[in-house]
Amino acid sequence: MIILLVVVGLVAIALGGYFNPVSSWFTRLMVDAQTWISTRVLAVEDFLTVPRDVASLRQRNAELEAEVAQLQTQVIDLQQQVTETNILSALVDFARANPNYSYKAAAVIGRDPSPFLRYVIINIGSNQGVLPGMPVVTDKGLVGRVDAVIAEGSRVQLITDAASAVNVRLQSSTTEAMLIGSVTGDVSLDMISQDATVNVGDVVLTSGLGGSYPPNLLVGQVVSVRKLATELFQQAAIQPNVDFSQLGFLLVITNFAPVNITPLIATPGP
Amino acid sequence: MRRSILAAIPVLGLAIMLQTSIVERINLLNGAADLVLLITAAWCLQERARGAWFWGALAGVLVWFVSGTPLYVPLAGYLVVVVLARILAHRVWQAPLLAMFTVTLIGTMVLLMFTFMERTLLEVNLPINLSFVQIILPSILLNLLLAIPVHSMIRDLVNRLYPQEMAS
Repeated sequence: MIILLVVVGLVAIALGGYFNPVSSWFTRLMVDAQTWISTRVLAVEDFLTVPRDVASLRQRNAELEAEVAQLQTQVIDLQQQVTETNILSALVDFARANPNYSYKAAAVIGRDPSPFLRYVIINIGSNQGVLPGMPVVTDKGLVGRVDAVIAEGSRVQLITDAASAVNVRLQSSTTEAMLIGSVTGDVSLDMISQDATVNVGDVVLTSGLGGSYPPNLLVGQVVSVRKLATELFQQAAIQPNVDFSQLGFLLVITNFAPVNITPLIATPGP
Repeated sequence: MRRSILAAIPVLGLAIMLQTSIVERINLLNGAADLVLLITAAWCLQERARGAWFWGALAGVLVWFVSGTPLYVPLAGYLVVVVLARILAHRVWQAPLLAMFTVTLIGTMVLLMFTFMERTLLEVNLPINLSFVQIILPSILLNLLLAIPVHSMIRDLVNRLYPQEMAS
């Protein structure tokens, strides 16, 4: 009976909130003691298990490093694939926009070893239907034409080569000219009539004259004009649309047969 | 001689692949180094190396195969390099690097001048001063920079192929 009364009294005191300071003091004491003990136990456990963990951590670290290296390689591969896909996608868009021609895509695999010549080597040849004289383009415009062919490769003469000459016209007028390369890789227009009006920014397209290239392929833009009264023709510097230092993938126009006009060129008679 | 031929095919084959794919992209103005010329010169300067003429001829044929120049240009150019190297190998054998530099300098100049003359004969517009400043001089400089490492590598290759006989 007394015990019951004590218990009821304690419960009543507790419900009345008179035990809170004592309870919180006791709880804090318990938590502090538990924390102290737990910290010491963990320290001892660490001390006892460290040698084994270092070995396993090192192994795990090596595994993760190998995985990171593998993933980095994959990332580089995928980035390269994305770049190639973007280029090929642009080439496909160009081919769709110009359905008159049929194309063969090719990758540039080398450049001419002589610094005097501006040729690139591509990875398709006669086995893929490539023939000498076929024009080569990218989505940005004219690149050059096939110069020589073997079974699985071809050599392409760029329009920047000093021996290259392309008949072109200005889009804004009927003015015709000849696009010539140079030893430095710059291209310029020559044989522009003195009467013609040439402005900076004029777009240059192939004219199709001479039968070496199809007409209306984009070449570049006029960046400066040189007109001297003492000369027979005007000249103009051209900024090509194609970046010839970054050629990666090209399109060979396979259904264009260049015309050989050599028999039509007059030769001096006897 | 057989070892020389067996070494020439992979070494010059690899050199021409590196030349067209990598070295040609490393430009100084419009000039570029000529790895094939350097390797041929370095091989021909080695006293114990054999088959110098074969190396020169193979270098010319390989370059002609990938280049737009006619066969006689690289063939004559690389054979001149062989002649120069063989002359200097016998005369300045105590200063191999000096000989390498001399062959590189003269050989590059001769080879590029052959190409220049061939282009000029085809009526390609190549101003000589621009060609010198933009192509020939930068190419010589790049070749001289690469001359020492290429010479060292080829000397090691020759030492492996033709081990020096121990004095008995």
